[in-house]
Amino acid sequence: MKQLEYAFMAKLAIHIKEQLRKGVKKPYKTIIDVSFGDPHKAGVKPLTFARQVIAACTYPKLMNSDKLPLDAKQRAQWLLDRCPGQSVGSYTATAGIPETVHKISAFITRRDGGAPSDPKNIFITAGSQWALMNILNVLVNKQASPRTGVLTPAPGHDKAVLSIVGMGGETIPYYLTEEQGWALQVEELQRALDSAQGVCKPVALYVINPGNPAGHVQSRKSIQEVIRFVSEKRLFLLADEVYQDCVQGENTEFVSYKRVLNEMGPPFSETVELASFHSVSKSVMGECGLRCGYVELVNVDPAVMKHIFTLFSKGSCSPVLGQIALDVMINPPQPGDPSYTLYNQETQHIRDMLIQNAKRVYEVVNSLPGLSCQPVDGGAFAFPRVFLPPKAIKKAKDLGMEPDTFYSVRLLEEAGVFVRPGCGYKQKKDTYHIRFCIMTPRDMMDELLGRLTSFHRKFMMDFA
Amino acid sequence: MTENGVMSRAKVLTIDTMNPTVKKVEYAVRGPIVQRAVELERELSEGMKKPFAEVIRANIGDAHAMGQQPITFFRQVLALCSYPELLSDNTFPEDAKSRACRILQSCGGNSLGAYSASQGIDSVRHDVARYIERRDGGVPCDPDDIYLTTGASDGIVTMLKLLVCGEGAGRTGVMISIPQYPLYSAALAELGAVQINYYLNEEKCWSLDISELQRALDEARRYCNPRALCIINPGNPTGQVQSRECIEDVIRFAAKERLFLMADEVYQDNVYADGCQFHSFKKVLFEMGPEYSETVELASFHSTSKCYMGECGFRGGYMEIINMDEEVKAQLTKLLSVRLCPPVPGQALMDLVVNPPRPGEPSYDSFIKERTATLSALAEKAKLTEQVLNTVQGISCNPVQGAMYSFPRITIPDKAINEATDQGQLPDMFYCMKMLEETGICLVPGSGFGQKDGTYHFRMTILPPRDKLKILLNKVKEFHQKFTQQYS
Repeated sequence: MKQLEYAFMAKLAIHIKEQLRKGVKKPYKTIIDVSFGDPHKAGVKPLTFARQVIAACTYPKLMNSDKLPLDAKQRAQWLLDRCPGQSVGSYTATAGIPETVHKISAFITRRDGGAPSDPKNIFITAGSQWALMNILNVLVNKQASPRTGVLTPAPGHDKAVLSIVGMGGETIPYYLTEEQGWALQVEELQRALDSAQGVCKPVALYVINPGNPAGHVQSRKSIQEVIRFVSEKRLFLLADEVYQDCVQGENTEFVSYKRVLNEMGPPFSETVELASFHSVSKSVMGECGLRCGYVELVNVDPAVMKHIFTLFSKGSCSPVLGQIALDVMINPPQPGDPSYTLYNQETQHIRDMLIQNAKRVYEVVNSLPGLSCQPVDGGAFAFPRVFLPPKAIKKAKDLGMEPDTFYSVRLLEEAGVFVRPGCGYKQKKDTYHIRFCIMTPRDMMDELLGRLTSFHRKFMMDFA
Repeated sequence: MTENGVMSRAKVLTIDTMNPTVKKVEYAVRGPIVQRAVELERELSEGMKKPFAEVIRANIGDAHAMGQQPITFFRQVLALCSYPELLSDNTFPEDAKSRACRILQSCGGNSLGAYSASQGIDSVRHDVARYIERRDGGVPCDPDDIYLTTGASDGIVTMLKLLVCGEGAGRTGVMISIPQYPLYSAALAELGAVQINYYLNEEKCWSLDISELQRALDEARRYCNPRALCIINPGNPTGQVQSRECIEDVIRFAAKERLFLMADEVYQDNVYADGCQFHSFKKVLFEMGPEYSETVELASFHSTSKCYMGECGFRGGYMEIINMDEEVKAQLTKLLSVRLCPPVPGQALMDLVVNPPRPGEPSYDSFIKERTATLSALAEKAKLTEQVLNTVQGISCNPVQGAMYSFPRITIPDKAINEATDQGQLPDMFYCMKMLEETGICLVPGSGFGQKDGTYHFRMTILPPRDKLKILLNKVKEFHQKFTQQYS
């Protein structure tokens, strides 16, 4: 159902673009497409160093070029030396370039205040969803009766849900608390688990931290509660942490599930089964199109690991250019390196952009009657609530549309802003939201907020 | 259960609680023998003494790993796409630059890092359609039927997911050749589908007999619901190139028996033997007229990993889907959307493969030179492999008509078979493991691909450079003679 709605809006967007191209007059010259978490599409620039390394690896003649800084060439050479035949066209080992896998474990240890990480438990994958699908495949037994259940966040993006259902599993939604900045409450996890009684057999809990679409970042305490919960209720923990690099809130810090698990010590640290996911798509790199990420598995039964390896192996390996980007992401230029200043400048610029965008969105949206927005402490999206007037809800229903789809379609048609309606994310019944990406250049966000403001005021008046 | 006095908690995810179908999944190409090869490489690098100086990975169809060079033009365009600052660099030819610009313009934000539509970049799909039309002598191709994929494997697995359903005797059965590329058996095991084996005829150069297809199908109908027929042409591991006649027969068979045809054509440029020619299933289907072209459901697969490109690491591929029900297509789109989109560099590369330099363009001459050199080297190595292996008593190798592998039959002495069985190993795995330990050559035993009971084979790539290949083949010869002697 949700797929169809997006497809419908995407078609509409294409149609409008065509009209604009033909010179049809509209109140806007271009569509602002913030329907996906795609920073490059929005105009955020790729990181220079990463692209230089990729270019040199792709066309090694560039090693002789003065167009590339020395450290980019050295990194490219280092990586090529570890590709069979010194070519990015070769397959790599199933789990990825082995030395890069080692670097990932070193990155994880640094990130997590020294918590040890075993390279044998890390797989580089063609994006986080690909990895998640493989892990779910091991967890979800299609033939089981009752069906396998996975607790999933509501609101939460639909990819994991589609995977779980596609594999013959059931999703058990647990609702985040909007009034508390979309916090995760353990009591709600319990309620959700209870609701599964007699319906399905819960085996796993899927969390997204920082959230998508809700921009909450879990506190250490919240993470501890979740860990205790999964330990007690015997659930496999799936931690989607692809937005760990996007933390905008003041006094907000990302702490990984792995780190907290390690800090909690035995028995938790030695028994809780955890899969943590990261990706090059959503860090400040924003390299969605390269399709690369990794999964770290913790406390997984070694006999099961063998089968997980086989599952990954039949996909051969992750795209090599993506692995290169990942190598740069987890091991960027250091102070003293020729590219450090520029790399630091570029990443800082993107982080500042995110912080400013989050602030502006919060201010502007909350200033508009009929809209409210929780602080976007992390993640790549804002998920404001729209308090739709009854007239608008009725109009939507008459048109056979979800109310927030109706709002979003109007927003696209009248203001040229392409957002996604909240109905695609399992929001609480009778609440309506829109989701839009905030990883955009500052001027685009300002333009968006300007258009949203005019549109929203008019919409609320029209349907008063 | 206690260990060291500490209560050992049972895990949530164990062999018993995990998805049972996943336990049945095997993928020999990257299986246990390869893992041993990796260990040996590590031991060598740590200075351990071995009867060989290096491990040769002749197990995997990875051309670049064996020294094949990439096509310069492709890499130039991809470098320009990755780092567009290079557009101002005069060492790049103009046609590479204009191609890079064209590709970047079709990417969101002019970056390879933006997601594309889940079906793939529009302009690339259009280019693929035009390539297919040119290849197939004008048979029309609708870009909407083209889906870009993450290597051909992604497309194949997705199609199988769509096809497999039902319970018990109604469970979907999928016909696949024996021997086969083990992605198929792995995917079928994972999906809990029924694998229906049809045997290729080794005595007739691995040809496909319709009577064998019929036999396999009729038998399978007793316990499952056969819905699809998979064929790999040119073949992997067997290398046979199907005749046009054979392709027509298969199409007629699929039409009569109402089977969805899956044509894996990733080796379509790798055709070496005189008298052999690649005929695409799509082309033959349409040339058979509307009775077939409007009814037979067909998915054809191609990839950037093989042929003359050898760009496995880019994970580029496409599938063309003919006569699929519209509602099913909608489901297909949904399935594909879960993994968001195929890698954009792979899509860009596919664009170049289907749209290479044309006569008159600056890069044309070197492109043709490189492509010809690569393909003729492969043809030479195919011939050399067949020749050398057939000089060995106890090894018999069919002509390598196409693809990238030899799949010779080996005679294993009874003594060896017994020792293997005692050790709980399949005889050809036992043989290949011994070869690995003694020569450093890593092959894949025939049991990983399927073979007639009581026969043994191995799959070896033809990819190493000619001189190295010669040495390798002679080492295999020596090993076989020694092995036969040892177990006589």
